[in-house]
Amino acid sequence: MSAQADTVALSPRPGRRLRLASPAIGGALATAYLSLVVLLPLAAVVAESTTGGPSAFWQSVTSAQAFAAMRFTVLVSLVVVVVNIVTGTLIAWVLVRDEFPGKRFVNALIDLPFALPTIVAGLVLLALYGPNGPAPFDIGFTRIAVALALLFVTLPFVVRSVQPVLMEADREMEEAALSLGARSRTVFARIVLPNLVPAIAAGAGLAFARALGEFGSVVLISGNIPFKTEVASVFLFGQVESDNTAGAAAVSVVLLVLSFVLLLFVSWVSTRGLRRAH
Amino acid sequence: MPTSTRASRLTLRFGALGYLAALLAIPVAMVFYRTFEHGIGPAWEAVTTPPAQHAFWLTCTMVAIAVPLNTIFGIGIGIGLAIVRGRWRGKTLVSAIIDLSLAVSPVVVGLALILVYGNKGWIGSTFAEHGVRIIFSTPGMVLATIFVSLPFVVREVVPVLREIGVDQEEAASTLGASAAQTFWRITLPAIRWGVAYGVILTTARALGEFGAVAVVSGKIEGQTETMTLFVEQRFQAFDLTGAYAASVVLALLALVVIATMTLLDRRKEQ
Repeated sequence: MSAQADTVALSPRPGRRLRLASPAIGGALATAYLSLVVLLPLAAVVAESTTGGPSAFWQSVTSAQAFAAMRFTVLVSLVVVVVNIVTGTLIAWVLVRDEFPGKRFVNALIDLPFALPTIVAGLVLLALYGPNGPAPFDIGFTRIAVALALLFVTLPFVVRSVQPVLMEADREMEEAALSLGARSRTVFARIVLPNLVPAIAAGAGLAFARALGEFGSVVLISGNIPFKTEVASVFLFGQVESDNTAGAAAVSVVLLVLSFVLLLFVSWVSTRGLRRAH
Repeated sequence: MPTSTRASRLTLRFGALGYLAALLAIPVAMVFYRTFEHGIGPAWEAVTTPPAQHAFWLTCTMVAIAVPLNTIFGIGIGIGLAIVRGRWRGKTLVSAIIDLSLAVSPVVVGLALILVYGNKGWIGSTFAEHGVRIIFSTPGMVLATIFVSLPFVVREVVPVLREIGVDQEEAASTLGASAAQTFWRITLPAIRWGVAYGVILTTARALGEFGAVAVVSGKIEGQTETMTLFVEQRFQAFDLTGAYAASVVLALLALVVIATMTLLDRRKEQ
């Protein structure tokens, strides 16, 4: 008797058992949905990549064109991420600490790359900086064009990651340092920046993952010249079109593993940042 | 304020604004200018041709199917990840899948769907025997749109649910509320702004998806061509007027999305 009373008293969630039925059905439906749309297809990519055994996988991944495309993708993404770290932090700083007319409008503009279809982003850059554009230079179908397209689509990541941290930052330390005669540059480097590092790293990781897989914005502006401006996604697209699914799957697996590692990095950085904040 | 601080503040401000102007504002304005430089007539003609209209309605179909499904399942998955405590099997896996579907290349999404739902695919072959086509037809494009726009509602809902905790829901169910009553009266009102924000992001992604849909569509003009595919097709056919005009339609929709997001931000702050 008393044992039974104890279990009732200790049961942490009184109503939970009554509600079990509908979560069970909902859970089964959600699992089926996720499996049919995401899980099964991704598993099929992994399975397809192994159809020819390890040697075929290795050959597909290290074929000259595939390797060149992947190397260029990783390098250009790295450059883009470094630029984003600087410009993204700068933009976040200006949006939080500066006051000027039209700030709300500029703040809303940051989300444009998330809202604008990627194919439009590519076309828009081409209209201004391409062969028939009014800009004094023509970067159409060059590696710089690829970098520009990636800068466009990855712009919000670092800004939106750093902005909230800057807003919540305690300014007393900065003011103390300034009143003690520290130069504003020193205050930024010694006091502000260290607090921003986790947010910058998280935003940079997401931007990197996005840049690695980007397709729509690059496809018009890059000209897709093999060994020169062809990125991994465009290479993959060609392979799928020419029905080389096993080869395409092998390169896809490499891309999937890279994005997965980056996502692990981002979640590790964010939890560390949270722990430091508390 | 000392002049040096003021000068550096202005330098930073114009650096940031100049970068945004060169990368975002001027290029987008340029496409608007190019579209309307010969008046509204040619642009209107270009977006009212039968293929353009078909593309517009096909895109609307994608949104009309993908957004409600991803909203309902997004809320469900969000509740599963945030509220159902403990280590239910596969929780980490579901969380990883949601994150991965945000980062994976759209071309990989297309390939993955072909491998399962294509004529020789795991599931598609069975359908093909009965004469049902999934890939290179609307159902495959809907699947691609669902895949790429899946994570947004989940990612908006989970942090809100974590923050509000389960106290109110437990109180309601202790007092005899059914699961449905608790959901409609307690959970949903609490997460409504998060859901609204997620729906907006889902809509934007569903409207604008290009890569994944391009792979599974077969790009048949007037049949499997969405607005974004129409933009590319017009560009490749050297019809810049058509490409720019269709882009302006999509850009206007993007501006509506941003305006809604800004309004929701203000609502959330209140």
